[in-house]
Amino acid sequence: MIGLFAGVLGKLTLQSFPKDPITAGAAVGMVGLVFLVFLLLTFTKRWKWLYREWLTTTDHKKIGVMYLIVAGLMLLRGGSDALMLRAQQATSVGNSHGVISSDMFQQVFSAHGTIMIFFVGMGFMFGLINLVLPQQLGSRDVAFPFLNAVTFWLFASGMLLINMSLVVGAFSAAGWLAYPPLSELQFSPGVGVDYWIWSLQIAGIGSLLAGVNFLVTILKMRCTGMTLMRMPMFCWSVLGTMSLVVFAFPILTVTLTLLYLDRTLGMHFFTAGGGGNAMMYVNLIWAWGHPEVYILVLPAFGIFSEIVATFSRKRLFGYTSMVWAIWAIVALSFTVWLHHFFTMGAGADVNAFFGIMTMFIAIPTGVKIFNWLFTMYRGRIWFASPMIWFMGFVFLFTMGGVAGVLMAVPAIDFQVHNSLFLVAHFHTMIVSGVLFGYFAGLTYWFPKVFGFKLNERLGKYAARCWILGFVLAFAPLYILGLMGATRRLDHYSANLGWQPLFIIAGIGALIIAAGVGFQILQLVYSIWKRKETQVAGDPWNARTLEWATSTPTPIYNFAVVPEVHGRDAFWEAKQDKTEPDTPRYTAIRVPKNTPVPIIIAGFAFALSFGMVWHIWWLVVVGLLGAVVTIIIRTTSDDTERTITAAQVEKIEAELAARRQFA
Amino acid sequence: MSKKSRALILALPGVAILLTVVWYFHRHTIAVLQPAGQIAQKERNLIIFALLLSVLVVVPVFTMAITIAWKYRENNHKTKKYSPDWDHSRLFESIWWGVPLVIILVLSVVTWRSSHALDPYKTLASTNKPITIQVVALNWKWLFIYPEQNIASVNQVQFPVNTPVNFDITSDTVMNSFWVPSLGGQIYAMPGMMTQLHLMADKAGSYRGSSANISGVGFAGMTFVAKAGSSSDFNNWVQSVKQGSQPLNQSTYKQLAKPSENNSVVYYSSEQPGLFDTTIMKYMEPTQ
Repeated sequence: MIGLFAGVLGKLTLQSFPKDPITAGAAVGMVGLVFLVFLLLTFTKRWKWLYREWLTTTDHKKIGVMYLIVAGLMLLRGGSDALMLRAQQATSVGNSHGVISSDMFQQVFSAHGTIMIFFVGMGFMFGLINLVLPQQLGSRDVAFPFLNAVTFWLFASGMLLINMSLVVGAFSAAGWLAYPPLSELQFSPGVGVDYWIWSLQIAGIGSLLAGVNFLVTILKMRCTGMTLMRMPMFCWSVLGTMSLVVFAFPILTVTLTLLYLDRTLGMHFFTAGGGGNAMMYVNLIWAWGHPEVYILVLPAFGIFSEIVATFSRKRLFGYTSMVWAIWAIVALSFTVWLHHFFTMGAGADVNAFFGIMTMFIAIPTGVKIFNWLFTMYRGRIWFASPMIWFMGFVFLFTMGGVAGVLMAVPAIDFQVHNSLFLVAHFHTMIVSGVLFGYFAGLTYWFPKVFGFKLNERLGKYAARCWILGFVLAFAPLYILGLMGATRRLDHYSANLGWQPLFIIAGIGALIIAAGVGFQILQLVYSIWKRKETQVAGDPWNARTLEWATSTPTPIYNFAVVPEVHGRDAFWEAKQDKTEPDTPRYTAIRVPKNTPVPIIIAGFAFALSFGMVWHIWWLVVVGLLGAVVTIIIRTTSDDTERTITAAQVEKIEAELAARRQFA
Repeated sequence: MSKKSRALILALPGVAILLTVVWYFHRHTIAVLQPAGQIAQKERNLIIFALLLSVLVVVPVFTMAITIAWKYRENNHKTKKYSPDWDHSRLFESIWWGVPLVIILVLSVVTWRSSHALDPYKTLASTNKPITIQVVALNWKWLFIYPEQNIASVNQVQFPVNTPVNFDITSDTVMNSFWVPSLGGQIYAMPGMMTQLHLMADKAGSYRGSSANISGVGFAGMTFVAKAGSSSDFNNWVQSVKQGSQPLNQSTYKQLAKPSENNSVVYYSSEQPGLFDTTIMKYMEPTQ
């Protein structure tokens, strides 16, 4: 009987549920929260609404919102992990061993990195792209709306799987990139690394498909007159990013597969013995991992380009330079991966080559910063909260960049690699570059999506807390790195005198947490007071096409597809005082809602869960289910519906009435 | 309150913070910036050079960011230019493509040279005869084998000052990284492979070394002491180690290789020749 049970559930047993109080508490809390949402939906009779409006939607704007919700929740999870790391390092010194065990500490930092990059960074990125990109292009939709929904639900499944590890089993303790041999079965026998592999695997395949989707959208779905060189800079950054995605993510997929084969079928791609070579893994993972950094940061650069121009009331300076800078970054980002392991013993020639290539990336990045500053020069700068994020970015990112150029010199890197100096460096780049950019974009485009603004005062408090907190949290880490503190230490001896610096870093982390608190407060307060901050069309006096349509945007984006004659199409249209023609509406085809994406993702989740726990029948069910669902879907012709001209006219009239009301 | 005393009250916390910082750094060493070996010193000098070079970019960026933001802010009512359609300038853009390019070219030359000069595989020149030490990363401690002196030790490595030390490094477990920041940069320790690091201490003292790459639960305790002293100190130490009763051979090595955390220092009175090579080579053979 027990044997049969074991066969059916693979490695999954009652022992797999957490016993230590912190994990169990987190697990109970999480399950409780899900249950609470479940109850709330049931009592308010919202299930049908949720299904019809959100779960089955193929509208890119709603998909964007769902990405943002997931990313926001994951920011809280990743942030709690960060606080735990700071608490541990501030207290675990000498005879004290801090708040959590060494094994748990390692799980926490592995989860923190993985979640922040894959589910916060990527989530915010795809969320904002979905919200804005088609509208900026003057397009009614993305190229493949159905695929878009599939990619979101794959992303959500990956997120679910990674959080599942809190409740059943444990997470990987091998760091966010799980270097072998440590991540091999011999040294990590649990399911943690498998959780890591499979949550990244499905989320990563989602990202790859989304990359294809947006690439095609930009290349094929632009409105009349929108030549490439007239695109808003955000579209250019997304084009660069998606090019990176389609080249980089297949590497990740293959690398993870090889690692899984090692772990499951006893192969020897990266093992210590049997002809395996861990250095191959390190190369492969960074051949994906370095472009990944630029995948995250380029859209943020694009957002800053939009924001700086809008809030300076001036055209973006050096448009052509900016485009070239993006492509220089795209090309160079595939030629620098070795700088993540100068210390692996490559010869001086190889190290020097990759070091020099790395420094070259600083040039186009610097060009972008100068162009932004010159966009502000002779402008009329409105310091709304997106600009506060931008100013924080300029100062922090430049300092982080200096640290980056230092580490690009191999002989310097030997002294700071894998130290807290490195940790401080990449947090500076990713927090100020990526997160600040996305927060700014979120504030900027929020009224576009929801029809009311976020509270400015609370937004500014949040930005100031983040900036101040960041400096306090990471300046000590630069110093600690130079003092010889390596990353990922769950304990250190008292005589090193590191504790005061770790405590300051912890205080910084708390101030950042206060910033997050203000952001939550801002959201709640703004929703509460939404009547007062309702906006009709154009709250920021913006420049690009997404603001040309009604706010909030109707399902078809544009009742009449616009025609553009230059850059900053919306700004130009506003300068042109002639009365627009009465629009002539035609019928519009929009994609139908469909539950198929969520079903496919459900099967993918089953497949991955089966893979993690070696429940092979579930793997077969998941795989067959997904394939069959896709085949059935491809045979269906009935995927679109028509909104008639009369209906369009009615919707537009309602939106116009709302505009006057606001 | 007079202006003077108000300024004083404002200045007090600033001075207090400054004093605390000075006192803190007076008491604690910043290993990378206060080197005790020639490699670390050259690496420190490189850091300072690169920092000074980057000042050429950082200062203009910061100055521009502050002055432009201040001058062109919307509610600055002083007359100022507003050119909403001015969106490019060949001259300005050439400057910020060109100047950083020149800086990076300078830094590239420095990078190329320093990568060769400070290649961890490069032997160091000295009038003193170099000493070879074999390093094995284990779960979770460092084994140091002295083939020339025929001794071995755990979590403590000793050598004379002003003598080049050739470290041959491997791992009999997962990947680790061998790092003594006071003496010079790190290099990975990997199973089935040997990496090399050449260091030389020019000040006597005890320096902290550790693994810089995560290797499992005992990782944080995987530290060691690198002691540099006079050559007679070293010889005395070797002699005292040889007095011990425990040799390093297959069986004691097997015992040592078992996972253990926060190991204290252990000495082995002799070592088994070829142990280091077999430790590497066993990964080349088919698994039993």
